Amino acid sequence: MSTTPEVPMSPIGKDTPRVDGPLKVTGVARYTSDYNFPGQLYAVPVEATIANGRLTKLDTAAAEKMPGVRAIFHRENIGKIFRSTLGPGFAGITDERRPPFEDDVIRYYGQYIALAVADTFEAAKAAADAVRASYQKEKPNVDTELKADDEPQVVATTFAQANRLQSKRGDAEGAFATAPVKLDQTYVTPTTTHNPIELHATTAIWDGGNLTIYDSTQGVVNFRGVLAQMFGLPKENVRIISRFLGSGFGGKLFPWTHCSLSAAAARQLNKPVKLVISRKMMFQTVGHRPRTQQRMRLGATPDGKLVSLQHDYVNHQGMLDGYHEDCGEATAFHYSVPNLRVAFGRAKRNVGSPTSMRGPGAVPGLYATESAMNEFAAQLKIDPVKFRIINEPKIDESLGLPFSSRHLLECFEVGGEKFGWSKRTPEVGSMKRDGLTLGWGMASCAWIAARFDVEANLQLRDDGTARVACATQDIGTGTYTILAQLASQKTGVPLNRVEVALGDTTLPDGPISGGSMVTASLIPAVFSAADSAIASLLSVATSAPGSPFNNRTPDQLGFENGRVFLKTEGPTKGVPFGDLLQRANLRLVTGVGKSESSFANPTPKFSTHSFGCHFVEVTWQPEIARLRVSRVVTVIDAGRILNPLAGRNQIEGAVVMGIGMGLFEHTTYDPQNGAPINSSLADYVMAVHADAPKIDVHFLDYPDKEINELGARGIGEIGLAGMAAAITDAVYHATGVRVREIPVKIEDLLT
Amino acid sequence: MHTFEFVRPADTVKAVAAAGQAKTAQQGADIRFLAGGTTLIDLMKLNVETPSQLLDINRLPLDKIEATADGGLKIGATARNSDLAHHPTVQRDYAVLSQAILAGASVQLRNMATTAGNLLQRTRCVYFRDTAMPCNKREPGSGCPAITGANRTLAILGTSEHCIATNPSDMCVAMAALEATIHIVGPKGTRAVPIADFHLLPGNTPQRETVLEPGDLITHVTLPPPVAGSKQLYLKLRDRASYEFALASAAVVVTVAGGKITRARVAMGGVGTKPWRSTEAEAALVGQAANTANYRKAAEVALRDAKPQSQNKYKIELAKRCLTHAFTTAVTG
Repeated sequence: MSTTPEVPMSPIGKDTPRVDGPLKVTGVARYTSDYNFPGQLYAVPVEATIANGRLTKLDTAAAEKMPGVRAIFHRENIGKIFRSTLGPGFAGITDERRPPFEDDVIRYYGQYIALAVADTFEAAKAAADAVRASYQKEKPNVDTELKADDEPQVVATTFAQANRLQSKRGDAEGAFATAPVKLDQTYVTPTTTHNPIELHATTAIWDGGNLTIYDSTQGVVNFRGVLAQMFGLPKENVRIISRFLGSGFGGKLFPWTHCSLSAAAARQLNKPVKLVISRKMMFQTVGHRPRTQQRMRLGATPDGKLVSLQHDYVNHQGMLDGYHEDCGEATAFHYSVPNLRVAFGRAKRNVGSPTSMRGPGAVPGLYATESAMNEFAAQLKIDPVKFRIINEPKIDESLGLPFSSRHLLECFEVGGEKFGWSKRTPEVGSMKRDGLTLGWGMASCAWIAARFDVEANLQLRDDGTARVACATQDIGTGTYTILAQLASQKTGVPLNRVEVALGDTTLPDGPISGGSMVTASLIPAVFSAADSAIASLLSVATSAPGSPFNNRTPDQLGFENGRVFLKTEGPTKGVPFGDLLQRANLRLVTGVGKSESSFANPTPKFSTHSFGCHFVEVTWQPEIARLRVSRVVTVIDAGRILNPLAGRNQIEGAVVMGIGMGLFEHTTYDPQNGAPINSSLADYVMAVHADAPKIDVHFLDYPDKEINELGARGIGEIGLAGMAAAITDAVYHATGVRVREIPVKIEDLLT
Repeated sequence: MHTFEFVRPADTVKAVAAAGQAKTAQQGADIRFLAGGTTLIDLMKLNVETPSQLLDINRLPLDKIEATADGGLKIGATARNSDLAHHPTVQRDYAVLSQAILAGASVQLRNMATTAGNLLQRTRCVYFRDTAMPCNKREPGSGCPAITGANRTLAILGTSEHCIATNPSDMCVAMAALEATIHIVGPKGTRAVPIADFHLLPGNTPQRETVLEPGDLITHVTLPPPVAGSKQLYLKLRDRASYEFALASAAVVVTVAGGKITRARVAMGGVGTKPWRSTEAEAALVGQAANTANYRKAAEVALRDAKPQSQNKYKIELAKRCLTHAFTTAVTG
């Protein structure tokens, strides 16, 4: 037991190191692929080496005879795998609905066509490599020019907008036609690939009719719902465990085809089967952010008041599943404009299904809208910050609702001051330092603030410890710590004496780690669970043998900082709750809490979002075509920040990812064969430590009580939104080159 | 990965005798020497290299870095890249070599990678590294999808209609500018090959990357004595700031007297199918005033025969700026 003095404290809002940090740095924390089970076998998928066509023959004879090989599975022998359907809430989502091996049609490069299972990983890999496939090959369509397919106005999507005319007010086309000043430009974002350090991994174990899966998933509850359907099981027979993740960035939100393959193989062989996909497969079979092509048409008066805004965008999708990259997510509310139209289309390509990637929709969408705003500001000869101030909305004009808490203008003010924006001279190449040309750019950002359904429980225990439990996940962002902080806040139990249980479907149903909504969603449920546990405790206090409160009623008692006390005497004379439980011979009291999703409210009174802005400096050396991001100031208005240490870490990470988005990251499909051709960490260029500049992160910290009682929104994604637009504007300021298709490449700047 | 036999020859003679049984020369051979393994093991995992036997030479006495009688430097075949880059003599007299090595890979890789292994480093062309794709270097006659596909990072100098793969090494570029000599022991005895002659152009036989014959073992590399008063620089240009192969790089060793260039050695990386020494650029510089205009003229000469592909035309201008800036920085600091 710890000898740390039990100093009552409120850890909310204080820099709090990760409670799971010591486990991670000492190697005690076990990630999915670290688990091993008696009799476990290893599976390696065989991938199609065409992107369009049909599998005509599979020769597994040589592979089956190799040492240690248990089976080569394919359509004929994998057994039944059912389809799943979308249920209510987050219980049936998957971005590739077709079960693996369902038919012989190949729709994207790398699609699984067989699965080798063997005693060792090495034997399974060798066997997978020895499987020979024959194909009827068609030319793959991976065209980069995106034109919307002919689709009805209302289409099926996973959970995003279904109406292709996403938002409309006034007469956007008419107002654009007559606008005194116009901008009409198209902005392109490339396919990008999630590259968390931890590869996707699944280990499936059957015990009679019960299925347990260890998976690196960002959503155990949804995963259970999908896999239960795919194997025709009641959900209570399926258990999903995801204790630690080496991050996911959205790529691990929903189950992929290797998950059901692992479970099906384990069923056929009646042995635990572990399947860890390769880095190359990360580029092929487990989602990506789709390519987008976004036409922005803006009209304004000469003094900079927007009169019309049109945002028409297309994203690519796979051949089967209707993925919508919601680029219009922030467009309709972010600026004040009387005439607006936002519409989307999609274009089918021979690619694996896209999926959510950090800030899905808004991140590529805000790249386009913020780039257009910057370019238009330059055209109007108005400072880009001032241009935004001129068009700052008083309310959310798309919903006709006030914002619950919007301080974007203060973000500009604070960020501009910290960055020194007032010293910016707008002429291209006009700023120099130490022989380098400087470019200064900025952009704003926004991200939805909402809550998911959550159930949680909290226990107070006779040794003075507490346990808080919820079937959510910690994808590396700090959810273990937040849960401990919340429990500590309400119970007075120090952080190091709070046990946190998460990542297991045997716990009360919790949310996916997505949408930057976990923290905001947990607060009401955990607080209500704590209140319920405390109520039980007070009842115990009035009846426990030898309790000083024996002849009292619970309503005469208070609870603060881990002590029960008589309200008339105040907390200084209280009794620690552990003492009372010991007197009552109770190990623990449990409270259960539940909170509803904010999406369930049909008549919201407020528009709830987080906001922020980035100020970016690049250095440019034309003599060697070297461009680097040298300085970033980011100001975020995301409600109350519960753990500023973890919060800054999230924003800094997003800023570095934004540098990658602006300057490096792109997945290229080879038109010859349809393969994502740069499918390795050497060929898919991401920002490395040496690319990370000085980053100054500032939180405004205004509580948003419309979201929860602490006023906390979310911070996981917003830091990426807007970064690429701020960078490309800084690039223009330094070089005079306006790049409208990111990433900005050396060849763009050599002209 | 295929199963293979792991053998640790007792001495150089036995190593050469064992390797002499190989059907082809080192790269792609059925019997391969194993040094740091940073290229070979990766390629074995990808089934690009499928040797039946590995001959571990890590424990042979080939890792010394020592002065030669003529005042030059002898670098053992298995001297680690990190040890070489941080060797005081290299840092003092052959700075361009130290800079080039430190511009490549990562600390962890450099701690394993060796001198000889780096000389034999294989291309990063994505088609070469994927056995599902055709590649004339890996499977002669199967075709070159890079010419019609992803070639942004590939070569513009020394290419053929069969192969446009870039040599990825930084170290070799510096060694080319320093006029290193490769020392080889083989079944027929020992020989010394100037680095300029060591790597082969792809031509009709892109599978053949060096002059090594079956059984040949690189024992060491020698550098000539340092050139008194020379200024040296390695400049590497790439997308991100670290841990990426060169899009264009330049190693320059230059001597200036009375404002005029008296001696110049120029080599380029990231642009050639082999480490690209440009004696034409060197000749264009000697006797000329040491100024940016003349460096740029030499760069034009160096890139005169460049043949761009669909995605890498930018490399011509990038390489010119790289060379020009390398000279400017080396001479004026």
